[in-house]
Amino acid sequence: MSTSKQMNQTRQIDRVEGTAIPLRGSNIDTDRIIPARFLKSITFEGLGEHAFEDDRQSIPNHPFANSAFRAASILLVNENFGSGSSREHAPQSLKRWGIRACVGESFSDIFKSNTLAIGLPCATATADDIEFLMAIAEQVPCTTMEFRVETLVLQAAERSVVLDMPRGTRESLLTGQWDATGLLLDRFNEVRTIAASLPYVKGF
Amino acid sequence: MSRQTLLHKVWDLHTVRRLPTGQTQLFIGLHLIHEVTTPQAFDMLRSRGIDVALPERTYATADHIVPTLDQRRPFADELAEQMMAALERNCRDYGIRFSDLTSDHQGIVHVIGPELGLTQPGMTIACGDSHTSTHGAFGAVALGIGTSQVRDVLASQCLAIDPLKVRRITVSGKLGKGVYAKDVILEIIARLGVQGGVGYAYEYGGPAVDRMTMDERMTICNMSIEGGARVGYVNPDETTFSYMRDRPFAPQGDAFARATDWWTSMASDSDAVYDDEVVIDGDAIVPRVTWGINPGQSVGVTECIPVPDTGSADAIAIREALDFMGFSAGSPILGTKVDMAFVGSCTNSRLSDLREAAQVVTGHRVASHVTALVVPGSKGVLRAAEAEGLDQIFQEAGFEWRGAGCSMCLAMNPDRLEGRQVCASSSNRNFKGRQGSPTGRTLLMSPAMVAAAAINGEVTDVRQLLPTGA
Repeated sequence: MSTSKQMNQTRQIDRVEGTAIPLRGSNIDTDRIIPARFLKSITFEGLGEHAFEDDRQSIPNHPFANSAFRAASILLVNENFGSGSSREHAPQSLKRWGIRACVGESFSDIFKSNTLAIGLPCATATADDIEFLMAIAEQVPCTTMEFRVETLVLQAAERSVVLDMPRGTRESLLTGQWDATGLLLDRFNEVRTIAASLPYVKGF
Repeated sequence: MSRQTLLHKVWDLHTVRRLPTGQTQLFIGLHLIHEVTTPQAFDMLRSRGIDVALPERTYATADHIVPTLDQRRPFADELAEQMMAALERNCRDYGIRFSDLTSDHQGIVHVIGPELGLTQPGMTIACGDSHTSTHGAFGAVALGIGTSQVRDVLASQCLAIDPLKVRRITVSGKLGKGVYAKDVILEIIARLGVQGGVGYAYEYGGPAVDRMTMDERMTICNMSIEGGARVGYVNPDETTFSYMRDRPFAPQGDAFARATDWWTSMASDSDAVYDDEVVIDGDAIVPRVTWGINPGQSVGVTECIPVPDTGSADAIAIREALDFMGFSAGSPILGTKVDMAFVGSCTNSRLSDLREAAQVVTGHRVASHVTALVVPGSKGVLRAAEAEGLDQIFQEAGFEWRGAGCSMCLAMNPDRLEGRQVCASSSNRNFKGRQGSPTGRTLLMSPAMVAAAAINGEVTDVRQLLPTGA
């Protein structure tokens, strides 16, 4: 059995620094992040250019259509971002567009799993802090923010915003084990033991 | 051990170890795959030189991109053909069983898993699709996952995952005439919100759920994710066991009796401790219709579309939904004109759904301005429906009778809305653009309500169309 280093695309993620793109609104679902017609592909290539394709057409001044935010790497959102479909194409399209971290009031469970699995840190902050960060990004889009995974702090305009993320998520990012394949294969004999103990595997 | 929920029992039995990161390494008993969320996962395995660990624990079908009219190969849609060919190659290369279009068992992944008896109580199940929660109807812990996690399960038959809390949702009383499982779950989501279930598994129970068939329980568990809960389940009981009996992949003979003992032992203890408990009055639930752009935005069919309260947290969301839908705050949903009617999807495409719709349709004609489709969830459902003449009832009424697949639930095949069409739909999501047109509008409701809307050409209270005594 190979070691986890060979099995994984290991890269430790301890900080993301860059400008931010504020995307207001709650319950922004993964169908809106990437409409289903763009899932008709056997690769994730090209998804970046279709992020929020329909919203960009229909919503005036959509941030993803605003050149002031084109270089942004930190996505700021409100509640229940990434709800709906489990399509990893959604975080893949954000990552390929240039997003390197997400900060919001809350995220759907599957979106959180999917972002972690591709090494895209996703943290929550209070509604007041999100409002503060969004306002800064809207007023001065070139404001640089720094997302620190180790201390769970977002530094922006001389203010430190407290972030939250599950302990396992933070550890996975810091140790580079967010790509879990190698870790899960490390002790495969234990997997076989558990499998062999299950009545439905044994045939009752 | 006592005071445990089914979720905890299943979770503990499937825990391989606590990972150094603090997450759980959870063994997955059944991995279901389809053409949309897997090609990249197999490519990642190839590029890393990793094999599929336990191919006998994976089962494939084709559903999302499958055309429902002309299924001849190669498909007219080249991209769909590519995805189909990739799944065929991957299943062949890795020795994975595949119900392809030539198989009698092809259909929507969440319809065929239960139908074939692959889905069983006490299992952990994963699939690259958020509606995997459906399988919880059997007392399985079934998780929707993304493509990188599909890769993980293929490679190791495990997931790295954090534990879930459990909310018990008791539906008391008895559902009234014309009120279905779909109305129950729409009511639950309206009450608890579309993110109320984040971090939770939903355990459904109580007299109204106890009385439900497996098809109805699947409808409820299917839409758990629309309420934010990644997992939804019902404790296994006699209804579950009698459904399981004689399914192709279910235990047979003496093993079946041993299986039912084990399945029974996996149910939540009577004194189980929950992280939260909610009671819903089943007697008070009425047929529901969504008016907005998420499944939490629904009203009773005789109620009015809400008025955004200035200052309320929901006001912005309500206004956004009303703008998109072109509806007026405070106006009745009843009588809203529809252009399309869709009976299908992993939520409501099983035999009992088709029977309920057919009961409403019998002796009527689809309104002249409405295009109406019935898309059975699987070839098994299609054959069973044809055997009892449901296809004739639908076609005589002016419905189109199609081949099995996901179809207009998400419009990855040729079935879709055009422009701003309004669709009465038995599917699960009314998100902007969900049914294939960026400006298309979806009204979610039960299959019987879809049938009623198709006949009258507008949102209709199905209770008025049902024969008395039904």
